[in-house]
Amino acid sequence: MEQIAFIFLSALTLACALGVVLAKNAVNGAMCLLLCLAGIAGLFVQLHAYLLAFILVLVYAGAVVALFLFIIMLLDMQGGQAWRFRPAQALAGFAAAALLVTGLDLIAIRGRLGGGPPVGQGAGSSLKLYAYQLFTAYLLPVQVMGFLLLVAMLGIILISRRISEADPSK
Amino acid sequence: MIAYFLGLPVMVQAVAKGLAVIVVLFPIAAACSMAERKVCAWIQCRPGPNRALPPLFGWIPGIGILQRLGVFHLMADGGKFLFKEEPLPDHVNKPYYVLAPVVAMVPAFTTVTVVPFGAYLGSGGAVVPLMLANVDVGILAVFAVASLGIYSLILAGWASNSKYAFLGGVRASAQLISYELSMTLAVLPVFLWVNEPGSAGSLSLARVVEFQSRPGFWGGSWFLFTMPVSALIFAVALFAETNRQPFDMPESEADLVGGFHTEYGAFKWSLFFVAEYANMIVGSAVFALLFLGGWNLLPWLPLADLLERLHHATGSALWLHPLVAGLVSVAIFAGKIFLTIFVFMWVRWTVPRFRYDQVMKLGWQKLLPLSIANLIAYTVGIYFLQQ
Repeated sequence: MEQIAFIFLSALTLACALGVVLAKNAVNGAMCLLLCLAGIAGLFVQLHAYLLAFILVLVYAGAVVALFLFIIMLLDMQGGQAWRFRPAQALAGFAAAALLVTGLDLIAIRGRLGGGPPVGQGAGSSLKLYAYQLFTAYLLPVQVMGFLLLVAMLGIILISRRISEADPSK
Repeated sequence: MIAYFLGLPVMVQAVAKGLAVIVVLFPIAAACSMAERKVCAWIQCRPGPNRALPPLFGWIPGIGILQRLGVFHLMADGGKFLFKEEPLPDHVNKPYYVLAPVVAMVPAFTTVTVVPFGAYLGSGGAVVPLMLANVDVGILAVFAVASLGIYSLILAGWASNSKYAFLGGVRASAQLISYELSMTLAVLPVFLWVNEPGSAGSLSLARVVEFQSRPGFWGGSWFLFTMPVSALIFAVALFAETNRQPFDMPESEADLVGGFHTEYGAFKWSLFFVAEYANMIVGSAVFALLFLGGWNLLPWLPLADLLERLHHATGSALWLHPLVAGLVSVAIFAGKIFLTIFVFMWVRWTVPRFRYDQVMKLGWQKLLPLSIANLIAYTVGIYFLQQ
């Protein structure tokens, strides 16, 4: 039973992930992304990491993809032409993809992230344990991530400001 | 009987629970639409729907009361939606057009499973909450699943392939995301307070009610009194999240014809409204659990005390029977939900609709800063209180 559910969820996740990349219509792509996230949430539930599953649904499925759809609808991207890559961009994209695959591969083969503290039975299920880990063992990564997001936000404010200054009608 | 139910295979139990949710919630949600028409009529000093009566039923004594309450209008309405022709316009994106009402129903009916709706007294007078799925992450599950309801409005607006519906969909996506932030931030102080140092740590809604039923002045008071700002922000955000007036921007029939549901008709159209009322019921239930003490009749009078007093006053041990206690608690809780829904309707027929820019300003420039300030103030306050 669990095996079947795992295979089903994995197949759903992978098929929808492919759909996101291959979809011609942007709305179809966003809906595929939504289903893909649902599949990942299902896999988290199978790992008894309920908190992660619900946060994934709340943040990504509930808000981020909805924002994607909002932008797609606002820009009215029905179909559209495929993005044409310049050689430098293609090279950078290839390098980034290779880096990502290598990183994922390393995690998959080595099975654990560095020398972190041993994770107890059902560590993802207990809220308190999870919060404790977040504020002790993983405090630095969390802070670095937060700082990174702040930088990204400031960058967006700066860019959008420049556009509206260049075009006074907006 | 409970042992027999728990002995069934998990899938059968799940299907039974799912059917129970549909059988209970669907008629209540439909009845809410009737209640809305009656409440609006009373507010506007007119009788409202009071004519429909099935043929050959007029002789039954007392049926006139039901007739004047519009009960048969409700059935006639339901029948009409079922038997009407299902229009499927040519210019729509068919798969998404058909999918949108279904997507509206699923989150609205799923959130109910993690909301406790009553309690009974277990062995030793311990209050045991009644709920379909007891998950540790309680409120997070409600927020997570409820946030998926937005896709029905977006999909309906986009798939309809018409300007009015499209504008409704765009408005819905912006509005629902804006108010979700304030809503989540508004409930954080409640859970900060509930999870005292040394406690197990839980986001369960039943735990919040348990906390509001403790003895003593601070223990027994509802969070409505100790956190009025949180309650206000949550209530306003709830109006916005359920697309109720004055926040019904996605529908906004004065400027958008019907908004996201302009191109819908018959049963698909009615599904959107059943989902809206189901969302209202779940939202009111969460509000009652968080801020109105759940199944406690009055502040400083928890359910266990109430049953104990009834037991002493009448001398009957029947009050302590789990079944009776459960029914009493469900009745109290349902009363609170209906009261909250009445307030929803009351506001709808009193306050005029906001303009879209006002909705955005209220969400981002007033509610969000207020909820952040409220969270910081309560964090400091709770730190000193629980030290």
